[in-house]
Amino acid sequence: MTASTLPAIAHQEARPLWPRLAIGALCILVILPLAVILLSFTDPQGDTWHHFGQHVLPRLLVNTFWLLLGVGVGTTLLGVSLAWLTAIYDFPGRRWLTWALLLPLAVPGYVLGFVTIGLLDFAGPVQSTLRELFGSAPQIPIRSRGGVIAVMALTLYPYVYLVARNAFLTQGRRALEAAQTLGFSRRQGFFHVALPMARPWIAGGLALVLMETLADFGTVVVFNYDTFTTAIYRAWFGMFNLSAASQLASLLVVLVFIALALEQRSRRGQRFTSATRGDHSERLSLGPVARWGATFWCLLVFAVAVAIPLVQLSIWAWQSRGDFDSRYLGFLYHSLVLACSGAFVVVALGMVLAYALRSRPDRVTRVLGRFVILGYALPGTVLAVGFYLPMSHLDNLWIELGSYFGQHWSPLLGGTLAAMLLAYIVRFLAVGFHPVEAALHRITSSMDEAARNLGASPRQIVAQVHLPLLRGGIATAAVLVFVDIMKEMPITLMTRPFGWETLAIRIFEMTSEGEWQRAALPSIALVVAGLIPVLLLMRTSDAREHSSVNKDETVSEHAT
Amino acid sequence: MRLAVFFRPLVLVLAGLAATTLSPVLIAAEQVVVYSARNEQLIKPLFDAYEQETGVKVRFLTDKEGPLMARLKAEGANTPADLLLTVDAGNLWQATESGLLKPFVSSTLEDSIPAHLRDPDNHWVGLSVRARTLVYNTDKLDPAELSTYAALADPEWKNRLCLRTSNKVYNQSLVAMLIAEKGESEAERIVRGWVANLATSPFSDDTAALQAVAAGQCDVTIVNTYYLGRLLRDNPDLPLQIFWPNQDVEDSGVHVNISGAGITRHAKNPDGALKLLEWLASATAQDSFAGENLEYPARAGVPLAPLVSSWGEFRQSPLNVAFAGAHQAAAVRLMDRAGYR
Repeated sequence: MTASTLPAIAHQEARPLWPRLAIGALCILVILPLAVILLSFTDPQGDTWHHFGQHVLPRLLVNTFWLLLGVGVGTTLLGVSLAWLTAIYDFPGRRWLTWALLLPLAVPGYVLGFVTIGLLDFAGPVQSTLRELFGSAPQIPIRSRGGVIAVMALTLYPYVYLVARNAFLTQGRRALEAAQTLGFSRRQGFFHVALPMARPWIAGGLALVLMETLADFGTVVVFNYDTFTTAIYRAWFGMFNLSAASQLASLLVVLVFIALALEQRSRRGQRFTSATRGDHSERLSLGPVARWGATFWCLLVFAVAVAIPLVQLSIWAWQSRGDFDSRYLGFLYHSLVLACSGAFVVVALGMVLAYALRSRPDRVTRVLGRFVILGYALPGTVLAVGFYLPMSHLDNLWIELGSYFGQHWSPLLGGTLAAMLLAYIVRFLAVGFHPVEAALHRITSSMDEAARNLGASPRQIVAQVHLPLLRGGIATAAVLVFVDIMKEMPITLMTRPFGWETLAIRIFEMTSEGEWQRAALPSIALVVAGLIPVLLLMRTSDAREHSSVNKDETVSEHAT
Repeated sequence: MRLAVFFRPLVLVLAGLAATTLSPVLIAAEQVVVYSARNEQLIKPLFDAYEQETGVKVRFLTDKEGPLMARLKAEGANTPADLLLTVDAGNLWQATESGLLKPFVSSTLEDSIPAHLRDPDNHWVGLSVRARTLVYNTDKLDPAELSTYAALADPEWKNRLCLRTSNKVYNQSLVAMLIAEKGESEAERIVRGWVANLATSPFSDDTAALQAVAAGQCDVTIVNTYYLGRLLRDNPDLPLQIFWPNQDVEDSGVHVNISGAGITRHAKNPDGALKLLEWLASATAQDSFAGENLEYPARAGVPLAPLVSSWGEFRQSPLNVAFAGAHQAAAVRLMDRAGYR
């Protein structure tokens, strides 16, 4: 990377120290749980690995590969197509579909999986009705690789949709116009100009999707689809072998790290410099058939991913309405407290990380920057234990120190919300980081230079130039982290104080004994609570679109 | 700036947090702390009743067994937990192996709970019995065709059997008990036979397997009885019926598991924990401990829920349930080898 593409702040203080310090601090936090996992190698499990190699690994590697490929392709197709339609075109129902298509964020994957299987499997109403009518029915192989891929793609596509839409909103129509003046058709404009320009966004969203896919346990379990995660838990809970489970998990970490490094490498030398406060040009119109085609496609996705599961959940919630009591206020309050404070802390640190990487884009910093977000790809329970172990160790030292002074000190971290927030940072930093980083990519060095020439200090540049431009990215990150924490189970279960029940824990209590119907009530509450920030997000992005001043913008991509 | 919308509630929230975390922890007269893998809705009514009756406060924290045990281990001597409550014997066995539990002496428990549902070394005790039995479709099957778990491996059952996934501890315990009873190679032959007879790939839960039997996708399945109880409570007309396998004199009896508890090694209130255990094993508590979830009481002579008693009497396997833990790892490997997913 040449000096000309280095961000402006770096020019002023040639090699600032704070990025290293910030990343170093984050590393320590993340390294502790990972170290616990890696330390498992001091307890060699040759015999178990021999067994894994023969009977477990071949299957689960193939399964994991197809799952990643399928979910990756599926979320990209869904996310990009929906983002492009809602950002660029006008069609009936666009306004409400734009935010409605984000709702799968709030529907946990295992809920959609359970509902889908319940409806479509042999014993479900669809096949049963067909059998009654025609005597026999075609088997729908829903409990299959294709089934689990479809369900996960339908729940995870909003990560791509959200970031891609952000990209298309700020540059898409302009890009398309520019392409058309060059004689491209709309389709060519999309594939040759708009899509390549949106790549860092899409890649960032996709990275989140793939990490979440690797870490997922709930959905694959419903489909009884064996992956790394299920093998890890089988070794731990089934064979009582936490060491072998941790070793499997570290293999997973290495794979993710390599994947992230490759993704980073493929982007090297590219700098996407286009920033604008909004795209004020008119939405494009579609032909009569295409208009309704667009509506149909959005509606179809909405129906399958949101409407059908919500209707089923509502029916179940109504059947178990006797469970509803005043305690739900407490559950809701606890969920919201955790999600709000977690979102704030994680996004703030995500910004610090993004700026640190921007100010000091050397190799070591970049590698460490990838390292600190690995927590998102680990199975939640493994991470929870990895976090809890060093934390308890610290607490025990603290208590011993207390008794050394003849005092009875209560644990420093255990059972406090600070501990929960620290664990959420380790888990969700990737989610707070990627959207901000993608947005930061868009701020050109020339803008920094212009601001500096006008006498702005680095702090002023960040506050007055960057922040307004980053708003979309920050809001996206905040919503994603918020919803993720609302749904999170293993860390919340392990680190919560006594009596701190949340909606997600309520769901856990019901589903862990297979009482899916009774889990519907907290699930619905969770979806509704998750709706609030999604709606707020849409309002901010709509407001941006409508109130924006048409500013001069640069649409260029230079490779060095 | 619109972002303020997101962060404005934060001030309120942080104030609330400070209030919650900084408020001094008032220590009640006496308390027992329970780490429980049994659901909140199944234990809270009992703990509330205990508190009313004795004035002793019961604080509890739910999670899965694996994390709870990892937690106990990590907290070491400073753990607040007095009691570990699980929903299977395997995990209690494992907790004992890892030195997380300490033995207790209680003639009350020895008198009220049968020996095969207790740890031989008194580290833990079963509080309710979870029977894993056969359930068949009454339209498709004459119960005279059924006999034992092992017989379901015979070729005549090809494409007629449904099973839940081998990832679930209930099936791991079942196979572990088969190993304890018949040896590993015979157990593997049986499991391979089951896999060959499957009508469809294994289900993720017992309820789904039951629904498949009711819909006629297969004729018979192996499930815990309370799942059938829940289904029948909502749809009494389902063509499903329980069959108690292994009831002949030379057979071992029905495979049972337990939900049970042990006192932690570093319990702060071991006496209080033992009193709570004894109370949970008392006739009154047993009624609701098991009844709440349509399980069987561990204590003999406690009246059953009407639905549960309608399934009739059965002979339990007299093998100590601790074997489920001792052979569980071997059972998982065996099922891996046999291709039972």
